[in-house]
This record gives sequence, structure tokens and C-alpha cells, in this order.
Amino acid sequence: MTINPKAVLAAAIVLLAGTLPTTGLALEQLDAPETVTIDAISKLYGPVEFSHKRHSQLARCKDCHHHTTGQQDMDPNCIRCHANSPEKMVVSCKDCHTKKMFYPEQVTATDNPNLYHIDKPGIKGAYHLNCIPCHVKKNAPSGCEGCHAMTDAGKKMFRTDVKGKAEGAKHHE
Amino acid sequence: MKTLINRRKFLQGGIAASAAATVSLAKKSQAAHFEGYPDSMGVLVDLSRCVGCRSCEAACNQEQNLPTPEKPFNDFSVFDEMHHGQKRRTDETAYTVVNRYDVPGMDHPLFRKIQCNHCQEPACLTSCFVNAYTKTPEGAVIYNADVCVGCRTCMVACPFYIPTFRYSSAFHPRIMKCIFCYDTRLSKGKPPACVEACPQEALTFGRRNDVLNMGRQRIRENPDKYEDHIYGEHEAGGTAWMYISPAPFDKVGMDTTVPKEPILNFVKDFLAIVPMVLTIWPALFTGIHLLATRKDKLEQSKKTEGEV
Ligand code: SF4
Ligand code: SF4
Repeated sequence: MTINPKAVLAAAIVLLAGTLPTTGLALEQLDAPETVTIDAISKLYGPVEFSHKRHSQLARCKDCHHHTTGQQDMDPNCIRCHANSPEKMVVSCKDCHTKKMFYPEQVTATDNPNLYHIDKPGIKGAYHLNCIPCHVKKNAPSGCEGCHAMTDAGKKMFRTDVKGKAEGAKHHE
Repeated sequence: MKTLINRRKFLQGGIAASAAATVSLAKKSQAAHFEGYPDSMGVLVDLSRCVGCRSCEAACNQEQNLPTPEKPFNDFSVFDEMHHGQKRRTDETAYTVVNRYDVPGMDHPLFRKIQCNHCQEPACLTSCFVNAYTKTPEGAVIYNADVCVGCRTCMVACPFYIPTFRYSSAFHPRIMKCIFCYDTRLSKGKPPACVEACPQEALTFGRRNDVLNMGRQRIRENPDKYEDHIYGEHEAGGTAWMYISPAPFDKVGMDTTVPKEPILNFVKDFLAIVPMVLTIWPALFTGIHLLATRKDKLEQSKKTEGEV
């Protein structure tokens, strides 16, 4: 994902500015990303041109980010250990959620006695689990191709060459 | 403990081996089969996460080089299909299928992926009299078409109706079922193709013990969201694929009457399924005939009977 952590940080600060007494952060507003290209896991579907600006008008930071600078961890899975941790310098999803998932490195991570979050999704899961429920609730696109177009690799795997009865049928309300 | 060991011997040998070859064979394969047992792998399927996108089906078809489907995998009209009054099932062209369930009282449907559950003590394996099945240390229940005689006892024995028969070739009997991507992925430490394709992480792959703990944690921390049960923790003696669900399991088409112990715990249980076997006599006759033919073949290739 080509996302600039600093830019996200700035965006977060912009949004927090309304609720927290802040000083000297105004300059950072200029760094706020308008769009973020999410392409790290792009394989079967193309990259997502994510309008961060638009989403930040529709939702609060903490609706998507477990923690933003100046805000405590919100996710119950995180606060087990991080309830009293100092502010984080990272807010980007990929800073915690791995791109690779379920390979031996992740599978054996549970052997680490200091690692309490045994059930942390990878980045693909984190995105979809975060985005879809809200999209469904707000009647935003929730079918696969509503957010990302299928690539040639995707078409091959989904066998779109086969003539189906109801191609492109929607089953998500 | 004693029963456990006996069961395990039974498991790795299968009926034929444990009954005929007993001690020496059991000893040898015990080391080969059960060293890695505590670290065997599993998958936790979270029905609250599945959105019915069918990516898992598509990935399986590609990974296992299965035949061209009738409809593309992004065609969701399959969820309305009924075959003999039943929702879709695994068949010789699909090792996994996803079905939709409209649960009374829920404002959205649930989806459930079906595939072999890779039982800890598989009935398909214990019921197979030519020992065509193996439970690998990684947890996969794999199948050897070279020794299969096509009697289809495993299809009758499986409590989840998973093994299917490829009818296209009468002379090369072949059971078709999910093998946990054993050859291409699991044995190399990779997650199965369906797990890797799932956008929702509805399928969590890891050591069985670990994913079981994750399931327990999800239930403990979201008691309102899940049924307080992990399907497969004990069903059929425990399975590598396990399920947690926001709706009662029988509402999502799962058989809640499956016994909580291995289906073919003892030989007497095996005998109990014989009446069922009777219903497939024609197949059995073919099987016996093929077995005889195959034996000759095996002798020619200088294989000992003990290996069969
Ligand atoms: S689910 Fe059926 S086919 Fe799969 S291991 Fe268990 S008994 Fe065998
Ligand atoms: S890929 Fe995952 S979310 Fe999609 S149908 Fe399969 S299990 Fe469900």
C-alpha cells in the first residue's frame, strides 16, 4: 500500500482538531492525503483508489483506525495490553497488519509468550472486515467489483469465460 | 490412555492393516504418523465473516485443476440452486462449495463453505479396507487412487457426505475430495488455496490448537455474536476444520446429531455400518472384482501384499 504514514497521521490530526485542543498542527493539514492507493495485495482485483478525504467526512477516525495519534487504542484486542500505552506514531493499517498471512512465520507467532493478540487479521482481512460492514450499513457498494475491478488473473481464476445464467448477479443487498 | 493408543494404531493402519498386520506395522507407522500430531494444522471457519463471494471455490478449482464449472465463480445464482431438494454439495468437479442460508430472525443471510473436515480420526480412513486414505502429520486426510478399488464404503462412512465418486471412468475408480491442498501447499508449510483467497479471513489457518483457542476467544469476547459452541472441536471425534456461527448450527445446514466421538471408534462400529454397505452391493461387487484384478497387477509389479 503506497500510503504515507505521515500523511495519514496528519489526516488524523486534522480530524481530531475539531474535538481536541490542539496547537501548531495546522500546517500538517496540508499533508492530509486526498486519496490513498491501496495496491499491496492487488492480485485478483486491481488497486483501490481510496478517497481518504471523502471517507474522513463520512466517518470518525476511530471508526476505521483502532488508534490515531492523540487517541487511545479502541480495539478490545489491542487494549488488553495497550490500554495505557503512550500515543502511537503509526496509524497506517499495514504498520500492524501483515500482508503475508498464515505462512509459517505467522502460524508460529503464537509461540511468542509476549504476544497476547493471538487473533490479529492480516491486512486483507483487516480491510474487508473493516470496510464491508459499514458499506452494507450505508448502502455503499458491497460487491467485490464495487470497489476494485477484477484483473486478468482474477478473471482466469473466477472463470469469467464460462457463460453463466446471471453474470454479474448481485446477492448483497 | 490405553484406548487412545489403540485408536491411534487403528487410525494409522486402517482396518485392513490393523486387523491383519498388527504390531510390527503399527509400531513403524506410529512413529511416522504421530510425531507431529500435536502440531497438526486446522482451519477455523467463522460464519459471521463469510460474505459468500465464492473466492474460495474459484481458488480451489484453479489449485486442484478441477473441471470447468457450469457457471463462473462470480455468478451468485448458484445460491438459489436446488439439487434433489438439497443445496449444492461437493462433487467430482468441486471439492468445496458455498451455500446460502436464510436464518429466521436474522436480517441478512449466512453463507457456509463445505469441504472435507479432515477428521482427526477419519471414518473414510478407518472404513477403507484397502487403506487408500492417510491422515498426514500436518492434519490432511489424503487419498491414494492407485490402491482404491472404487467400493465407495468411504462415501457411506463419512458423516459429512464428502467423498464423491468420479463416474467418468469406470476402470480407474477415483474418489474426489478436498485434500487440504496437501501436495502443493500444506506439505510445504503454505495455507490452502481457499484460505489464501478469502478476502474476509473467514477461514483462519493455523495449528489446530491455536485456531481452537482463537475460536474460544472470539466466543468469549463476543458472547452475543456467537453460539457458544465450536463445531468440530468434538464432532466426529474432532475435525481439523472447525466452525463458529452466529446462528444455531442446524440453521446453517450442519448436522448437529453427529456423534462426539470418532465415527468408527472400534471394529464393532465398523460392523454396524455393514448394513449400509449392503445398499451399495453393486458397487461392492465391482470393487471386489477390481480388487482381485489389482492384486494380480500388484504381484506383477513385485509388491508385497502387506503394502496393499
Ligand atoms: S470429513 Fe469425511 S472425507 Fe473428510 S476426513 Fe472426515 S470422514 Fe473422511
Ligand atoms: S472466500 Fe471467504 S468470504 Fe468468500 S465465500 Fe469463501 S469463505 Fe466466504
